[in-house]
Amino acid sequence: MIEIMNINPILLVASLMVSATPILLAAIGEMVVEKSGVLNLGVEGMMIIGAVVGFAVAILTSNPLIGFIAAAFAAALLSLVFGVLTQVLLANQVASGLGLTLFGLGLSAMIGKNYEGKQAPSLGKFEIPFLSDIPIFGKTFFSHDLIVYFALLLVLATYLFLMRSRHGLVLRSVGENHDAAHALGYNVVRVRLLAIMFGGACSGLGGAYVSLVRVPQWTEGMTAGAGWIALAIVVFSNWKPWRVLVGAYLFGGVSVLQLNLQAAGSKIPVEYLSMAPYLITILVLVFMSVRGKQASPASLGKVFHKSG
Amino acid sequence: MKTRIFGALAAATLLASASFAADLKVGFVYVGPINDGGWTQIHHENALVMKEYFGDKIDMVYQENVAEGADSERVMTQMALQGADLIYTTSFGYGDPTISVAKKFPNVKFEHATGYQRAENVSTYSARFYEGRAIQGHIAGSMTKSNIVGYIASVPIPEVVRGINSAYIHAKKVNPDVEFKIIWIYTWLDPAKEADAAQALIEQGADVILQHTDTTAPHAAAQKAGNVITFGQAADMADYGPSPRVSSIIDNWAPYYIERTQEVLDGTWSSVDTWHGIGDQMVGIGEISSAVPTEVKIEALALKFRIASGEYEPFTGPLNKQDGTPWLAEGETADDGTLAGMMFYVEGIEGDVP
Repeated sequence: MIEIMNINPILLVASLMVSATPILLAAIGEMVVEKSGVLNLGVEGMMIIGAVVGFAVAILTSNPLIGFIAAAFAAALLSLVFGVLTQVLLANQVASGLGLTLFGLGLSAMIGKNYEGKQAPSLGKFEIPFLSDIPIFGKTFFSHDLIVYFALLLVLATYLFLMRSRHGLVLRSVGENHDAAHALGYNVVRVRLLAIMFGGACSGLGGAYVSLVRVPQWTEGMTAGAGWIALAIVVFSNWKPWRVLVGAYLFGGVSVLQLNLQAAGSKIPVEYLSMAPYLITILVLVFMSVRGKQASPASLGKVFHKSG
Repeated sequence: MKTRIFGALAAATLLASASFAADLKVGFVYVGPINDGGWTQIHHENALVMKEYFGDKIDMVYQENVAEGADSERVMTQMALQGADLIYTTSFGYGDPTISVAKKFPNVKFEHATGYQRAENVSTYSARFYEGRAIQGHIAGSMTKSNIVGYIASVPIPEVVRGINSAYIHAKKVNPDVEFKIIWIYTWLDPAKEADAAQALIEQGADVILQHTDTTAPHAAAQKAGNVITFGQAADMADYGPSPRVSSIIDNWAPYYIERTQEVLDGTWSSVDTWHGIGDQMVGIGEISSAVPTEVKIEALALKFRIASGEYEPFTGPLNKQDGTPWLAEGETADDGTLAGMMFYVEGIEGDVP
């Protein structure tokens, strides 16, 4: 394994954080949506809308941060379409979610026509004072762009909200048994709509991260299935915020690592390296979930109506 | 995957709306979006040139974002059912579907790009991209300071392997210390993956990135890194010039499209295998930018003209295969059969062909 010596760990960690952040953002949002009992398969569509709107607004305003905010709003707005369809009009969630993805991909292609080949303003590095001065460690972990830290803080905030707050408890109870939550006087539809919009905003941020930081440019269909990876990670992580973090970083990490191993001339056959991100992520998350009970929200994907 | 379903819907409407009478209906099947800035965009632009040339004499329909495999078979069938007389299928992976649909529609002519399977009504056509790779290799070998050239390879097929070999041979000629680092990403088009691969190569010291993938994402990564040069692939990708993009291989399909479509109009079309290079102007070399030192530019252009005139073949011996066994003797040139099936690296390249 001499070839590994060619890989600079500082740069590798930096790349893997960049590679993992879009999936992490989308997955943590979708996890909250599913915790409230709604299955939104439109993650890919919301991500790509975030990617194109974020890119366009960043160019128009010359400010990538405004781009990110616009991306979150646009994707949340799109998710509200799904929310109204499934929560108010009681449409089938799977079909509506798939429809949302198709719609998002098509709409983004249309919006993006004028932004082909353009270059967005870059989001600078945010060096955390003092911490980034620590030798090696500081450069590795505390010298990234703002969104990387935001995504990590979001995981913490989501955990605290779901597990340590009253509102989080309400959201989980809506997801576990919407009839009981309704009987207790909670507004199931409102809770779910808010969760759906939160999920949309997170997906939008993830998409904008692809078009503004990771690539950075706009190409039609550029999220290339990242939304589906995020959906899979939510399931394999057993709906637990910390495992979503592990899953996203593992997937992003192994993706980047395998590319680096290839470049370093690793003796491992390329076919195995290419399948490694999928295989290792699934194996690790499944292994972590073997013990303990399945945490799938009991009302996940079920239609709720006040008449019961 | 979902783009393709959406694309299918879009194309269905497109096919339906283009039903006014013309002498000939010509269909194009594309693997990516028509604005990918590379492979598909250049096919589409050349198709539009052909449409412009024939004017009202032909109808043109197209379908973008068609996945290789079953999806493409459905799209081709649909086009044939809608009355297309000639269908260009423009990705390597459309080979089997093209043959299978061609069997069902013996009166429809098919042209499969970069393929090797032919039939009574199926032609194949491709460009000798490896001639352009020789020029890229020359520039890459001359300009690298780290002596590390990164190569983003897509799918392990002879066309891609040939490109790697050709670039390597000519980089090595001008720079004996040059080393190629190759990453296979198993897709033609995934901007994020292309960017990650470029990033990995740059982090491992590459200051030249060659790509055999369809988008400009590697150029964006190179630009961000600074001091890294890239080459346009399939399209000129001039948005990233004069640096990082210092030159390009441009696919020029329009003359072929016009010629073959004319033959169908005249009733003289027959199944052939076309493989044209710089000399026949199917492969163009994009402007070599001001970032390239003048003497390197002159050498590169001279190489281009020697290839175009047929005076020089990129695969000329003495050349050994990777394991050291002799392949071509001094002055011997490779035959097309060997090139068409080339799945081995030449001596000096590290790693295995997947």
